Amino acid sequence: MGAHHHGPAKGLSRWLFATNHKDIGTMYLWFSFSMFILGGSFAMVIRAELFQPGMQLVDPLFFNQMTTLHGLIMVFGAIMPSFVGLANWMIPMMIGAPDMALPRMNNWSFWILPPTFLLLASTLFMEGGGPAFGWTFYAPLSTTYAAPSVTFFIFGIHMAGLSSIMGSINIIATVMNMRAPGMTYMKMPMFVWTWLITAFLLVAVMPVLAGAVTMMLMDIHFGTSFFSAAGGGDPVLFQHIFWFFGHPEVYIIILPAFGVVSQIIPAFSRKPLFGYDSMVYATASIALLSFLVWAHHMYTVGMPVAGELFFMYATMLIAVPTGVKVFNWVTTMWRGSMTFETPMLFAIGFLILFTIGGFTGLMLSIAPADFQYHDSYFVVAHFHYVMVAGALFSMTAAVYYWLPKWCGRMYNETMGKTHFWISFISFNVAFFPQHFVGLAGMPRRIPDYALQFADFNMMSSIGAFVYGLSQLLWGYNVISTIVAGKPISDEKVWEGAEGLEWTVATPAPFHTFETPPQVK
Amino acid sequence: MFVKAKRLSALTLSPVLTLMAMLNAGAAKASSVNMPPGVTTVGQTIYGLHMTILWICVIVGLVVFGVMFYSIYHHRKSRGVTASTFHESTKVEIAWTLVPFLILIVVAVPATTTLLDVYDFEDAELDVLITGYQWKWKYEYLDEEGENVQFFSNLRTPQSEIYNTESKGEHYLLEVDEPLVIPVDTKVRFLVTANDVIHAWWVPELAVKKDAIPGFINETWTKANEVGVYRGQCAELCGKDHGFMPIVVNVVSKDEYAEWIGSKQAEAAEIKKLMAQNFSLDELMERGKGVYDRSCAACHGANGEGGLGNAIAKSPIATGPLDGHLEVGINGVPGTAMQAFGGQLNDVDMAAVITYQRNAFGNNMGDLVQPIDVFNHKKG
Repeated sequence: MGAHHHGPAKGLSRWLFATNHKDIGTMYLWFSFSMFILGGSFAMVIRAELFQPGMQLVDPLFFNQMTTLHGLIMVFGAIMPSFVGLANWMIPMMIGAPDMALPRMNNWSFWILPPTFLLLASTLFMEGGGPAFGWTFYAPLSTTYAAPSVTFFIFGIHMAGLSSIMGSINIIATVMNMRAPGMTYMKMPMFVWTWLITAFLLVAVMPVLAGAVTMMLMDIHFGTSFFSAAGGGDPVLFQHIFWFFGHPEVYIIILPAFGVVSQIIPAFSRKPLFGYDSMVYATASIALLSFLVWAHHMYTVGMPVAGELFFMYATMLIAVPTGVKVFNWVTTMWRGSMTFETPMLFAIGFLILFTIGGFTGLMLSIAPADFQYHDSYFVVAHFHYVMVAGALFSMTAAVYYWLPKWCGRMYNETMGKTHFWISFISFNVAFFPQHFVGLAGMPRRIPDYALQFADFNMMSSIGAFVYGLSQLLWGYNVISTIVAGKPISDEKVWEGAEGLEWTVATPAPFHTFETPPQVK
Repeated sequence: MFVKAKRLSALTLSPVLTLMAMLNAGAAKASSVNMPPGVTTVGQTIYGLHMTILWICVIVGLVVFGVMFYSIYHHRKSRGVTASTFHESTKVEIAWTLVPFLILIVVAVPATTTLLDVYDFEDAELDVLITGYQWKWKYEYLDEEGENVQFFSNLRTPQSEIYNTESKGEHYLLEVDEPLVIPVDTKVRFLVTANDVIHAWWVPELAVKKDAIPGFINETWTKANEVGVYRGQCAELCGKDHGFMPIVVNVVSKDEYAEWIGSKQAEAAEIKKLMAQNFSLDELMERGKGVYDRSCAACHGANGEGGLGNAIAKSPIATGPLDGHLEVGINGVPGTAMQAFGGQLNDVDMAAVITYQRNAFGNNMGDLVQPIDVFNHKKG
């Protein structure tokens, strides 16, 4: 055993028929990066139009298509697949498994994605334009009043959901069955834990989303009235179903990010993660609570006051386990011996900005105050603090942290740090002022605005342009590392890094852990 | 080192202090950086709640970030420190689970009482039905005094300002042709619904935001304690011109309100009289252009060139049989964005706009539509 090594297949078939977790992980990561650039360029169109009051570049309908597709592509095309890619690469290496449990399904779950997003992007060129009803696609704007391309959008959501479900089943099967001898659940790295819980969330809620879009399909083409009061249905029903998916969805995005940060902060503090057990319990409680808070997105739809109170209390409660996590990370840093390489900088950036996003989240949970915040730019600022500075910063940290292990070459540290500082500053220039305009009364999803919002919007646009451009620096740094980075061969790339992934050769060979390691 | 640490803390604190100064300055009047306390008791309570939770977050943030930055500064490898190995403490964990929980309870109590206040719809002195349309609002006064008073409220900002050919006015995008008028110191109950998609009626200074949902009626209320003009916007994405359906509320003294509602009653009676009249082509064209710009131009283009809707110029409907044209105008085209305008425009305006469409933009049909024709078409 072990003497006969298969290398990767040659040419295109290596990728088309890939079953190796590292190859599939790589494809996921590149795919999500390309979607990140596409979704980002839509954001640039939005910010360019909002640079000044008045309509300058696009018409209002196209603007709505941009906000819609920006959201859809970033959520379903960039952030989610990027963490699936990371899971593919890292989970087998972290638990001492030779590959994912279901490699062929793994291939399929990836290859569904490119045609899906090609289809979704192609709706822009269809008659009547692409989806223009926001990424939350509230009925009846997305049914009776939508452009014909909505049917393709529904198909796209079905396909993306299918891919996510298969990816999650694979992760659950891998983590439950393929851990190295001795690796009990409570010895698993936090990244594996957070992904295991995320995968259960995905399996639970993606079918709900599929149900919602199927009902839309029926309403549009088959004469049903799920979401139309005229036929005995209820437009608010759509929102209940959507957010029953949608709220766990935001934790699906953020939990793996928590996992990444829980790997990186101890590594660069040279000190074990503080409160491992409580981190696991906090993650599980956040996941459970996520099923009980969906209607906090709907405080203004006219729920009975008992409903408002229930969802308000449940939502406020989430601050407790989230607080535990933040306190644990800070305490991990406390009396460590810290260095500040690029992954650590992004992890600290995450910690600061995610906490700010958490604070505004707590503010938003207060139902009566939300009557003023709801659907304003305050909400836009809030979720960009958790989605961009939360999930994306964490993803960026992960790429810098594990890239040397993946390709056996070191990235350019100066360029990495430059990327961090430009990102950190421009992100805040772009999104902090949005709190102000939101509080002062600027609604979200509008292509033009009143004059008192002009200064902050211009500032926001400038920040967004700089932020967008600086991500190209990241792409350049990664590519030049892969092509011509300084070769390294230490198994342990970072002094303080712990975990099985740092026991294999650098660069990580095509097959790892063909013989399972023994975990003490 | 002490000086250094002091400078560091000054540096980290300065943006916070600036922010504090900005927020306090904003508390006095409508601000560009903070929630307006507004002119209602509920709004002022909500503002207080908002500031309380904001300050709690700021203080918790200062503590957490303070500890973190202290650690980043002192516990760095370049200072030659070696890492400790501690990694758990049940006592600490219990403490930082319980303390936030207690803080939350302190916030939850006032939040609950405010919410119950907002949900107290009893004893309203005036009822107004608000209906959201793509992309305008309709107001109907429901009590006896305001019987028959109903009107649409459209964006008044001209296209030339939006498309930058003219300089923008003071209330750019926040001005309407006919504002909602309500009396001061009066509890006004709003019944909110929509005709097509979901909208949301939001006026920050009245502390009211309620979704307008087609087929359902939501309740909300306000009691303004200061006379003034308050502006807001639709807050729920409702299609192409979501950004162009503002709300303006005139809060006036009770006397002024009585006078105003009286004049609206008279106006309604006047329209009734007009409906029995015949008009000349010029009269209809003039009235029709105004109606067209308000109600049709958003979709069909300022010059009938089309857009979201079909072109009017040379259109088979506007240059076809009159009956078919009336049918589309009055009953709309089901399953499309073309609404039934029969319930939105009075018969005089409908007659005028159909006449206008048939005789403008190069359509030279030469025919006249009188209010009675509209009335007859509606009767079938």
